[in-house]
Amino acid sequence: MTALSDTDRGAPPRRSRRLTGRLLARRLLRLAGSLAVLVVASFAMIHLIPGDPLRRMLGSTAPKELVDQRRAELGLDQPLPAQFADHVRQLLSGDLGTSFFSSQPVADIIGQGLPHTLALAALATLTALAVAVPLGLWAAVRTRDGRRRGTETAFTTLTGAAVAVPEYLYGLALLLVLSLGLGLFPPAGLTGPASYVLPVTALAIAPAAMIARLARVETLRELDSDYMRLARAKRLPAWRLYAVHLLPNTLTATLTMGGLLLSGLITGSVLVENVFAWPGLGLRTVEAITQKDYPVAQAMILVYGALVLVVNFLVDLLIDVLDPRSALSASTTSGEG
Amino acid sequence: MRRLPRNPAGLLGAGIVALLVLLALFGPPLWADAAARINPREISQGSSAAHLLGTDALGRDLLARTLTATRLTLGLALLATLIGTATGILLGTLPQVLPRRAGRAVIAAVDLLVAFPALLLAMFTAVVAGLDAQGAVLGIGAALAPAFARLTHTMTASVAGADYIAAARMLGVPRHRVLTRHVLPNIAEPLILNTAQAMGGALLGLSAMSFLGMGVQAPAYDWGRLLNEAFGHVYVTPSAVVAPALAVTLAGLGFMLLGDSFARAAAHTRAPAGGPAAAPAAVPAPDEPAPDTVLEVRDLTVAFPGGTTPVRQVSLTVRAGEILGLVGESGSGKSMTAAAIGQLVPHPGRTGSARIRLGGVDLDGLTASERRRLLGSSLAMVFQDPTSALNPALRVGGQLAEVATLHGGATRTEARDRAVERLDRVRIRHPADTARRHPHELSGGMRQRAVIAMGLMNTPRLIIADEPTTALDVTVQREVLRVLREAVDETRAGALFISHDIAVVGEVCDRIAVMYAGRVVEELPAGALHQARHPYTRALVGSLPDMDTDRSRPLTTIPGRQPAPGDVGEGCAFADRCALATARCATRPELRTRTGTHSVACWEVK
Repeated sequence: MTALSDTDRGAPPRRSRRLTGRLLARRLLRLAGSLAVLVVASFAMIHLIPGDPLRRMLGSTAPKELVDQRRAELGLDQPLPAQFADHVRQLLSGDLGTSFFSSQPVADIIGQGLPHTLALAALATLTALAVAVPLGLWAAVRTRDGRRRGTETAFTTLTGAAVAVPEYLYGLALLLVLSLGLGLFPPAGLTGPASYVLPVTALAIAPAAMIARLARVETLRELDSDYMRLARAKRLPAWRLYAVHLLPNTLTATLTMGGLLLSGLITGSVLVENVFAWPGLGLRTVEAITQKDYPVAQAMILVYGALVLVVNFLVDLLIDVLDPRSALSASTTSGEG
Repeated sequence: MRRLPRNPAGLLGAGIVALLVLLALFGPPLWADAAARINPREISQGSSAAHLLGTDALGRDLLARTLTATRLTLGLALLATLIGTATGILLGTLPQVLPRRAGRAVIAAVDLLVAFPALLLAMFTAVVAGLDAQGAVLGIGAALAPAFARLTHTMTASVAGADYIAAARMLGVPRHRVLTRHVLPNIAEPLILNTAQAMGGALLGLSAMSFLGMGVQAPAYDWGRLLNEAFGHVYVTPSAVVAPALAVTLAGLGFMLLGDSFARAAAHTRAPAGGPAAAPAAVPAPDEPAPDTVLEVRDLTVAFPGGTTPVRQVSLTVRAGEILGLVGESGSGKSMTAAAIGQLVPHPGRTGSARIRLGGVDLDGLTASERRRLLGSSLAMVFQDPTSALNPALRVGGQLAEVATLHGGATRTEARDRAVERLDRVRIRHPADTARRHPHELSGGMRQRAVIAMGLMNTPRLIIADEPTTALDVTVQREVLRVLREAVDETRAGALFISHDIAVVGEVCDRIAVMYAGRVVEELPAGALHQARHPYTRALVGSLPDMDTDRSRPLTTIPGRQPAPGDVGEGCAFADRCALATARCATRPELRTRTGTHSVACWEVK
């Protein structure tokens, strides 16, 4: 570090920008690697099934000719390397296979469901952030330096409890009370804007509680920092103190968490979609898995996995842009990793 | 169990988990018959006296079924947790035993898996292993493993740096033996504490799998399966989902509360004690300051609840163009004095003082907003650690400019120009360029000068510099001191320079106040440092090596320790360490003027 501190009187160091370019390349490489592993895993899934997957699919009473015919249709009678080459070639051309039961192209199934699933996850994330960040900041300012122990206990207990309940149980409760009980919202399907309210709420509650807790802890830590002391010493008005000086520094961790939660939300939506018969991917995924429609299940795992990887990649990039520190430290430390 | 939870939430969690364990043990023998009894005349009923929570589509009692299902639910969750933690610990410790390359591959794989949501891994595994209880348990186990592997690896790596591990390695202990003898025992406790949370996660995950029809299949039933069956008829008998849903919620909460309190117990051992205490009243001392006085403090006292009083009746005066040095060991109350002048005493500390006048204005006589305006425009503070005093997320120029726009009424352009000009004044090269940078792009010395520049944005009357050079290396220190001196000379502001380093203070300051145990014990011109009278100041000066110091002899040190702010007695606080102390020192000597500008608080020196 002494070398750094002696750039004192020389030109200020210019390093972060170039490293961000390298960092982007590194992150892209990692994304590509992960996607490749995912493709291999989804391909391997059907081969890892013990015994004969075709028998499992069609049942033990199915005639041998049918089983063999279906096996040939799926290309499972080919040698393994040829199968994999075919699989990759098909993926690259956008062909994700055909449903075993409906004979519908899987790409169509995904094309129909994906927008609805993404809408659900995105709305839930935005809702959670919009509620949780101000809530956490408010709680931190109210309870800093051990003030108002009661508020602190209530806040941590309530948010802690809210995190512990899985989203589909929120879904069930909302369905029972607000839809079946009070008739305020449609119970199932997507029939209009009102249909969004319950699934989005069910998905957003737990992440919101989690983000609010994190935002509070982050804010408390930053409130205690020297630059906040200096900012207070500068006698800035409260709004500027909190919105300009504090918020950006708490956002990094909060957004990281939000990003992690978003990828969790994508799978959480699987359950919530099943509660509300939401016409997204989750409903079709569970259907495919329980019906042993392996081509569809395989593709769904691939799509969900890719979604998660891409979302995590984008969140990382967003954080690099928002927080110049993390870009620098990630690029200097990830060299060894 | 060394760490039984003591807080109410943890106790509640422990209570819920204990109840669940009891239900798992005694539920099936008590209610299995009632739960299996099919009654065609009571199909899909709501709540009644005979069936408290109603019946299912076959007329079976839902309460009995929910209670009976506790055993299977908990059993499967336990199994999944064991599989998950065992796999995770194995994966996490492998890098310690494997050759370096293979170890890295394992870590990379774990990193990749951690990024995937648990449910996705569980579903993948369940597709492969089969849509039944066994498949779901394996799936949830597989889903838990990566996080545990990551945790194990992180802790193992941190323990591996410890001296005793290095010693074992040096002695030629084989790696797997180092792992089992030294590493694992040291990380066992946090791993075990984390299992409570993992168990909750497994239970919720398994319930979700069964709810989706990928877990337990009829005729067996866990809570998830009950939910699945009840959900099939949710439009007909919505109440049937209530019992299993509540059971899952309760169990989730119980394990979460218990896990949280375990985690908290592991994190810190005791809560701070102490109650509110009144700030001691101070007696005003009347005398009028000289006209060019920028800061006048009379009888300043800072007290914390619990009897700790880090600052006791301190009086200071700083004149325009003068730097007053405030010296003392850590804990002498010098930084707290500065904080009190800036009205920044941390909660729950209380400031009691007869008077703090800044630029001739009494701070007590102002409203909160007037005080903010006055302090914001006429007081500048420079803190010890320049790496943390600047907001890392904002550009340097913007942080400087906001002082001018908010307190000085400058426009944005004016403020930006002034920021560049001030950066230039503190000898930062390429000031316009630097203003556009983020703090992490600046060196420590540049940052500290930027903080000083920030203080100069509006014409300050007083600059408080709290150990501004302590975190910097020696060559950079000089630069910062020079900038501070120039700033004071140019702006005719006064400065309060706080340091534990009497050599630095003697160099840069005009006058020096020496603090000990919360009080000023001597105040003297910097040039007269070698004629210091108080035994403590003399000891401080004497402990400095100079060109004539005999290097063959150890440097002079002061025997004993400064009393903590909580247990300063009635008499002279230095008496215990003082060679001159006599019986008189049991009464505290007042600070008295000896010659002109030199005051000392000591009975024994003239």
